[in-house]
Amino acid sequence: MHHSLEIITLHKPQSLTQTKTETETMAKSPETEHPNKVFGWGARDKSGVLSPFHFSRRDNGENDVTVKILFCGVCHTDLHTIKNDWGYTYYPVVPGHEIVGIATKVGKNVTKFKEGDRVGVGVITGSCQSCESCDQDLENYCPQMSFTYNAIGSDGTKNYGGYSENIVVDQRFVLRFPENLPSDSGAPLLCAGITVYSPMKYYGMTEAGKHLGVAGLGGLGHVAVKIGKAFGLKVTVISSSSKKEEEAINHLGADSFLVTTDPQKMKAAIGTMDYIIDTISAVHALYPLLGLLKVNGKLIALGLPEKPLELPMFPLVLGRKMVGGSDVGGLKETQEMLDFCAKHNITADIELIKMDEINSAMERLAKSDVRYRFVIDVANSLSPP
Amino acid sequence: MERLSGEKEQSVEAFGWAARDSSGHLSPFVFSRRNTREEEVRVKVLYCGICHSDLHCLKNEWHSSTYPLVPGHEIVGEVSEIGSKVSKFNLGDKVGVGCIVDSCRTCESCREDQENYCTKAVATYNGVHHDGTINYGGYSDHIVVDERYAVKIPHTLPLASAAPLLCAGISMYSPMKYFGLAGPDKHVGIVGLGGLGHIGVRFAKAFGTKVTVISSTTGKSKDALETLGADGFLVSTDEDQMKAAMGTMDGIIDTVSTSHSISPLIGLLKSNGKLVLLGATEKPFDISAFSLILGRKSIAGSGIGGMQETQEMIDFAAEHGIKAEIEIISMDYVNTAIDRLAKGDVRYRFVIDIANTLAATRS
Repeated sequence: MHHSLEIITLHKPQSLTQTKTETETMAKSPETEHPNKVFGWGARDKSGVLSPFHFSRRDNGENDVTVKILFCGVCHTDLHTIKNDWGYTYYPVVPGHEIVGIATKVGKNVTKFKEGDRVGVGVITGSCQSCESCDQDLENYCPQMSFTYNAIGSDGTKNYGGYSENIVVDQRFVLRFPENLPSDSGAPLLCAGITVYSPMKYYGMTEAGKHLGVAGLGGLGHVAVKIGKAFGLKVTVISSSSKKEEEAINHLGADSFLVTTDPQKMKAAIGTMDYIIDTISAVHALYPLLGLLKVNGKLIALGLPEKPLELPMFPLVLGRKMVGGSDVGGLKETQEMLDFCAKHNITADIELIKMDEINSAMERLAKSDVRYRFVIDVANSLSPP
Repeated sequence: MERLSGEKEQSVEAFGWAARDSSGHLSPFVFSRRNTREEEVRVKVLYCGICHSDLHCLKNEWHSSTYPLVPGHEIVGEVSEIGSKVSKFNLGDKVGVGCIVDSCRTCESCREDQENYCTKAVATYNGVHHDGTINYGGYSDHIVVDERYAVKIPHTLPLASAAPLLCAGISMYSPMKYFGLAGPDKHVGIVGLGGLGHIGVRFAKAFGTKVTVISSTTGKSKDALETLGADGFLVSTDEDQMKAAMGTMDGIIDTVSTSHSISPLIGLLKSNGKLVLLGATEKPFDISAFSLILGRKSIAGSGIGGMQETQEMIDFAAEHGIKAEIEIISMDYVNTAIDRLAKGDVRYRFVIDIANTLAATRS
């Protein structure tokens, strides 16, 4: 836990230097901190139980867009956060960063959106907007970047996420939702989609005919299969059980399915993959996955388990293989991803739930019992008491 | 000596030093080598560098050593015999032989000048030749090798200090090129200032790359900065220094082969930075997924280089006057040298003067 804290401190000072600002705002309650009362669901401790929560949001500033939330995807990060798996949750927390809604107000400097537009808000809602990363449209790597929830925003107050009626966001961090992309099944693209799309582009996994392994078939994994096929790749799903095989091949379009607990099949697959997108959220062994890579192969680790990964060295040195990370994507790239998915009719496979079903959904998510993303029907089920 | 054609059954006597068991103690050893085949050259060994891998193998640390074991894969010598189909070399040419002496020649790696990554690559010593015999390395009077796995040494490169380039040199040159760390707008960190590290600094400077040596030994600072020309020296055990250097490096080449923590090294990388590991320890590293995800960083491995690249590296070294800092020793000093190497007591490579001191040890 401490180790993770260290990393977060070093990379995102905004999120952790709670000191004075937090104390000041703590004197005000979440409800009175800002002028506009908002209703949502939040978790108050590491039991992770979510329940009705009253808080407030700022007025819509010159650069802001206010979004009435229609749908919000349930990301595994939401679960990690409400349970304080990573040791830096500041309760009370309102999760949710796969938000689709309608712009109800736009500030006077806002040029990209008008009232009534269908928009998306993803994982990031703030950055310094002046560093090298920001200048290169890589707000996700800005050292001052702030997350949509459980982070300190640029106004010095805590951010609350999309399990709520509305959200107020700087226009730079708002996305245009393409016409033919449904709001409900498109919502998960705002995190799951960009999280796999960005490394696939960056690490060159777009050469038709190359072979991609997707480890883990959950929210990220199933979208990676669809995007991989759209790039013209051969896709193999790598999973610890065969129960998702039929669906992976017939419904998602994967070319093959590899069960990691089948030693013969694993042996036959050694040295066959150009890249692996590893979406597994629990601690797992990297060694067998590295063996599947060809020489010069790359494994991109996207899952964030609470314990460290064990990285064996010999496979890396003997085959010049690489293990890399990736953190969502910049806003420009996120828009590019949405447009790409709209063009290729890529949406997430979802299970729509009501707000008050969220706790049982979280329990099921912890057991990977969802095909493949829960999405909260916020507009129709979030009713203030 | 004439060019030979066809195969002859009798072998040629050879003399070297070998270890007979995992004590790693070396002593005189008479053995034989095959006749020179059509595409092979026989090389009279002049110098052989002592690599840390020799030490690992002598002591059977990788559990794959076969005794008697004749180490040595930083070989510089002179061609004394040529097979009838040899086209790259002439008699008397100065050549180098490095870490591999064969590969399958048909796989994708072999076809793309990456023989070092061929799963069937054969090591110069302790490797098994395709005829089933064990290979003996460069701590000996001569070696026979297919011309594909030998490189030409330009006459402008002094021979003794060229020997370490055959392993240490290519091990640093290859990843710096492949991972985009060669160039004036780049900053590379080099962990460990030993055989590989010190040559890495010289290559980096020749590339125009800014280079910082990262070491736990403060005593090496003067050497790093003055003798080798590094731009900076970072003491890895100094928390303040390490903190101040966070997010400053495009890449780090880690030459340390013993177990150590790599998390602080990841912190030194800029966004998109790469940590390249050259030493392979048995125990896996623990890394936090966060440390890679935040900043899109990566960890990769690298091992020597292909034959074409090795020649390119040698030519580059000749052009830029890059040579290793060496301590030339006589053959009978080798056990002491190995002991000193185990303690890191060498600046920065031992090179055995085979031509002048091996024969005398034969009683």
